[in-house]
Amino acid sequence: MNGAQDLGGMMGFGPVLPEADEPVFHAGWEKRVLAFTVAMGAAGFWNLDQSRHARESLPPPDYLTFSYYEIWLAGLIRLLQHRGIISNEELAAGKSIDPPKPPKRVLTADIVVAALAAGGPVDRPVETAPAFAVGDRITAKNMHPFSHTRLPRYVRGRPGTIHAVHAAHVFPDSHAKGLGEDPQWLYSVTFAAPDLWGPEADPSLTVHVDLWEPYLERA
Amino acid sequence: MPHDNHNHHTHEMSELSDVELRVRALESILVEKGYVDPAAMDAMIETYEVRIGPRNGAAVVAKAWTDPDFKAWLMRDATAAISSLGFTGRQGEHMIALENTEKVHNMVVCTLCSCYPWPILGLPPVWYKSAPYRSRAVIDPRGVLADFGVTLPEGTAIKVWDSTAEIRYLVLPLRPEGSGHLSEAELADLVTRDSMIGTGLALAPVEART
Repeated sequence: MNGAQDLGGMMGFGPVLPEADEPVFHAGWEKRVLAFTVAMGAAGFWNLDQSRHARESLPPPDYLTFSYYEIWLAGLIRLLQHRGIISNEELAAGKSIDPPKPPKRVLTADIVVAALAAGGPVDRPVETAPAFAVGDRITAKNMHPFSHTRLPRYVRGRPGTIHAVHAAHVFPDSHAKGLGEDPQWLYSVTFAAPDLWGPEADPSLTVHVDLWEPYLERA
Repeated sequence: MPHDNHNHHTHEMSELSDVELRVRALESILVEKGYVDPAAMDAMIETYEVRIGPRNGAAVVAKAWTDPDFKAWLMRDATAAISSLGFTGRQGEHMIALENTEKVHNMVVCTLCSCYPWPILGLPPVWYKSAPYRSRAVIDPRGVLADFGVTLPEGTAIKVWDSTAEIRYLVLPLRPEGSGHLSEAELADLVTRDSMIGTGLALAPVEART
């Protein structure tokens, strides 16, 4: 979706402000938000792409003014409410009222460190061969789905070159809609800056974007 | 201390308390319903606050600088090479290493969210997740580098890598001049977090700085 998360190439946000000796967290509540967001991901009521879509579905004024963990908190509450996992009454009361829906899994203290160290690879075997090879000229499709996509606006309709064929990976556009993993070939695509930003752009700059096959057409 | 206009530093105390109250209320509900184990949350926080951070990535880089076989492996199959040092897991399942040279400088961004290689760099800093970085890295990387006080030599090409999928990138910074006599552990001390994102360079050895 063309939400506020799709920031590449926007202007006017000011300089990048690195913080010297930045702590991992800036407040205690940020730690709790990180931890219960990851734990609720493991509970299996939604997948990673659905949680990303919940965050990018925040109204742009909220997305652009919330801190990072406020975005996570708002995205999580949105998922919990939309799926009927917690009610407005419960949120207002700060306690559980309705009986819980059974989770697929609970990340308990005895397994959490091993689960984080194991991660969740998203490469998948597929029967089909990749449609494109290294060096092929492609164009990123001009498409504007209302649903989740990982095709940034700044490359849509732009010509590029296949730099690498990674593997078939879970396709976020389908996965976020609950249509299963629908694995598709994933490529590294190189775009020359003038093709993205016009003839005045720095010719020594290239931008490399990881794009799935359904985003691409032969140039 | 610079303040980021997108984080809570600029909020009033009363708003902070409001967020804290909402977070506590939500955690209570999730625990009561049996979805979340508070002890598991504590273990997760300890993992990312204490155990996993950019020192992991620095060890990978220092080894690549000193061991040509390891470097070749890292460039060919970064996931396997990095996992051989014990750094695996969430947000690092599919790794690629990008080598900086005299001619090419690599920089990593996630314009769409905050994708970042957790097992080797820990959780991302606020600036990496902020709108200024995510918006400008792909259109004006030299301007972004200037914000970090970095100027590349004339003629250096820049490759910016937008982490739009589940591939995570580690920049292998240029080994500083005058570091030939240093041990792997001493070299690791020259490897900053930012040098592995591409918004900084590895530090010069003390001898080179004087």
